[in-house]
Amino acid sequence: MNKFVFLIPLIPLIGFLINGLGRSVISKSFAGILGCGTVLASFILSIILFLNVRNGHTGVEYLYNFISFETLHIPFAFQVDQLSVIFLLIITGIGFLIHVYSTAYMHGENSADYARYFAYLNLFVFSMLLLVLGANYVIMFLGWEGVGLCSYLLIGYWFRNTEYNNAAKKAFVMNRIGDFGFLLAVFWIIKVFGTTDYVDVFAKASSAPVNVAVLTGITLLLLLGATGKSAQIPLYTWLPDAMAGPTPVSALIHAATMVTAGIYMIARSNILYTLAPTSQAVVAVVGLATAILAATIALKQNDIKKVLAYSTVSQLGYMFLGLGVGAYTASVFHVMTHAFFKALLFLGAGSVIHAIPPIIGGGQEQDIRRMGGLKKYLPVTHITFLLACLAIAGIPPFSGFFSKDEILISAYSRSPVLYWIGLGGSLITAFYMFRLYAMTFLGKYRGTAQQEHHLHESPPAMTIPLVILAILAAIGGFLGLPEIFAPDSNWLEHFLSPIFAGSEKISPAIPVAHNTEYVLLAITVVLVVICTVWATARFRNYSDKGVEEKGLGKFLQNKWHVDEFYDAIINKPLRAISGFLNSVVERSGIDGIVNGVGRFVIYGSRQLRLIQNGQVGAYILMMVVATLFFFIIQLFLK
Amino acid sequence: MGITQILFWFLTALVLGSALMVIFSKNPVHSVLWLIVTFFCISGHYILLNAQFLAIVNVIVYAGAIMVLFLFVVMLMNLNAETEPQKNKWLKFAGAIAGSSLLLVLVAALKDTDAMRQEVLLKTGDIGLIHNLGMVLFRDYLLPFEISSVLFLSAMVGTVVIGKKGD
Amino acid sequence: MTINHYIFLSVALFCIGIVGVLTRRNAIVIFMSIELMLNAVNILLVAFSKMHYLAAKVINPATQTGIDGQLFVFFIMVVAAAEVSVGLAIIVMMYRNIHSVDVNFLNRLKH
Repeated sequence: MNKFVFLIPLIPLIGFLINGLGRSVISKSFAGILGCGTVLASFILSIILFLNVRNGHTGVEYLYNFISFETLHIPFAFQVDQLSVIFLLIITGIGFLIHVYSTAYMHGENSADYARYFAYLNLFVFSMLLLVLGANYVIMFLGWEGVGLCSYLLIGYWFRNTEYNNAAKKAFVMNRIGDFGFLLAVFWIIKVFGTTDYVDVFAKASSAPVNVAVLTGITLLLLLGATGKSAQIPLYTWLPDAMAGPTPVSALIHAATMVTAGIYMIARSNILYTLAPTSQAVVAVVGLATAILAATIALKQNDIKKVLAYSTVSQLGYMFLGLGVGAYTASVFHVMTHAFFKALLFLGAGSVIHAIPPIIGGGQEQDIRRMGGLKKYLPVTHITFLLACLAIAGIPPFSGFFSKDEILISAYSRSPVLYWIGLGGSLITAFYMFRLYAMTFLGKYRGTAQQEHHLHESPPAMTIPLVILAILAAIGGFLGLPEIFAPDSNWLEHFLSPIFAGSEKISPAIPVAHNTEYVLLAITVVLVVICTVWATARFRNYSDKGVEEKGLGKFLQNKWHVDEFYDAIINKPLRAISGFLNSVVERSGIDGIVNGVGRFVIYGSRQLRLIQNGQVGAYILMMVVATLFFFIIQLFLK
Repeated sequence: MGITQILFWFLTALVLGSALMVIFSKNPVHSVLWLIVTFFCISGHYILLNAQFLAIVNVIVYAGAIMVLFLFVVMLMNLNAETEPQKNKWLKFAGAIAGSSLLLVLVAALKDTDAMRQEVLLKTGDIGLIHNLGMVLFRDYLLPFEISSVLFLSAMVGTVVIGKKGD
Repeated sequence: MTINHYIFLSVALFCIGIVGVLTRRNAIVIFMSIELMLNAVNILLVAFSKMHYLAAKVINPATQTGIDGQLFVFFIMVVAAAEVSVGLAIIVMMYRNIHSVDVNFLNRLKH
């Protein structure tokens, strides 16, 4: 049964081809049904595969020999094991819900653009599936590049707007920088291990001792790739700008799937990271720093999608923190729960945006200072959004609590400092999420009365996915109950243990005493609840006084001026160099030489033309001189 | 230095001197006259080489007919020293240099070859006699001889056609 | 006299002729310089004919080697005569058109 795994990426690819090539002829409903249907088919196949794997049928499925050169063989093969199958379920399941949501959200587009949208989405699902199913780094890289491309295509979906195009370009270029690191790592792996297949690389790494410095280098380069894809410091600034794309795109790509590619890659390569403790420490520090940085910025953002974007960056930081302290299962668990509630949050935001009529002067209303009191107009959206906020804040018994706290506890076992800083980040998270919730749904509506007339709940195609995701966000946590509640209760850990067994052997997890764990959990919950209530109370009757931010607030609102910093140290010098090369080297130098040759020929020919003066005498003189010349050569110089 | 040698050098000097005078004379009539002198000296060389027939033919045809023709034309155009156009000084200079360089090069190239030591038979030799020349001309070279008469015919026709006063 | 002397005489005369062609502007004088060149060649031919005759005479006294050279000179004279008549006709015609024998007026080759 496993050998039909190639169908899982293939079906969305076919969907992409049909929708893409036929976009000018097919109808909107056909495009929508095809787009959703392919992902649904992949989801069903993924469930079958999951059941297979649960019964222990893991392995590598070969398709054909992709690259073969002397001793290097890179096959096109799929790795069917616990880690890939979990990601498969997340991608296809949530992907399907978002496809269904999109059929309603994008219904205002014309049919060619509509079909194009679904084509791109299907292509994205295809690339992401290739990424997680690949059995070696090269196939993963194919998917890696593919999702980067689709990210660009989808962020710049409304390509007629230049600003959106710039955001798409920014995303793509920053991704590329990360890809550069990834590629270098792959080349290095080929050089050191002679192969890129996971099975072989990990076996060789754990059995034959490899130079730790080499492994550190490889893993740091892989980390560079991950920071590009998963928006960590220093390559995270593209993600907030990527909110220029349609909201379902933000939900799928920038919340649930693409940004988790980096996590997947590091989790897959866990052996390499365990063997290079320095890189692991770097991963943890990068993750924690990003988490705190993004959380502080989110405190002062006023665009509903930007808050969620920075929240994503922050949560990804937590996942990296988990990877960095060796809590691989916890990170994957957080990937799963984050996919549920972040997708839910984005779809809910989309529902809100869709509900409010466009503002005068074009564009959708996305500023939360002009929302409020939507509770009574959008009941379903409100309830699901609230559930998602509770989950992300980490309030039990919702899913976020279990996954985030598992990471924090593991961090504590490595170093308490990590725990306390991480806890600080959690508190900030709770605060800004409930600030967002309160300003959007509670209080009075702060927009125009005309807009208020048109507020309505979204159609079922949008609300049903919201409900399903809300249920998942609520109960998903029970997949990974920590040990303290019942022995062997962590189903996910049990399921994924074969993947992380190698790392576990080399560097086993330091267990935290149950009592300590209870205390820490209690502290966390109490503090989080306090922050939640405080935020809700503070912002429930928010009225926009129009006061400008000052001091620290302004600094946070301006995103710590990171974009300006990058602009100054990278963009400006680059542009200066390019300008110099263009004006001096290109214009004066190269063009000068080329044009100079032309001008020289013209000048020379003008002078030479004067020889033809029509005087026969002159011609005869030239004849004699030439004869003389030939005589000399022939007689004396031979 | 036998009489032959003296004669040779004397004739050479005359030839070269009169040739130089040909090209340096301002008056074209003088140039023609100097050319006639040159031809006579060349005939002298022919006699020294015992090419009797050629010597006579040179005088009759060249000095006699061709030079007279030249003189006719010069007289016809009433050319004299004042009307003579002068070439640009630099071009004259360049021309002189070119010619002299050619002379130098040829002399330098030819002076050291071995074949140069061969003697030339002066004063005697049957082959210059008109009897022998005639025999070879009418026996072996009859066709060129006849064709040369056709050549004269065409030259005459050409001359008449070109010289006709306009249409 | 060795052939050397005749060669140098001939070369000198030839170069004088060339200088004449390059230096003078009168068409008739140029023509005369051409005649000089032709005569230089004639002298050389005759000298060579005698040289070969001498070389062959040593072996066979009744030889006629070298007579071709003198016959060739004869034909050169024939051609020179024809050429002079046609050339002078052209010069006369030129004079009739532009009333000058200055070759610098014949610069139509420029176009």
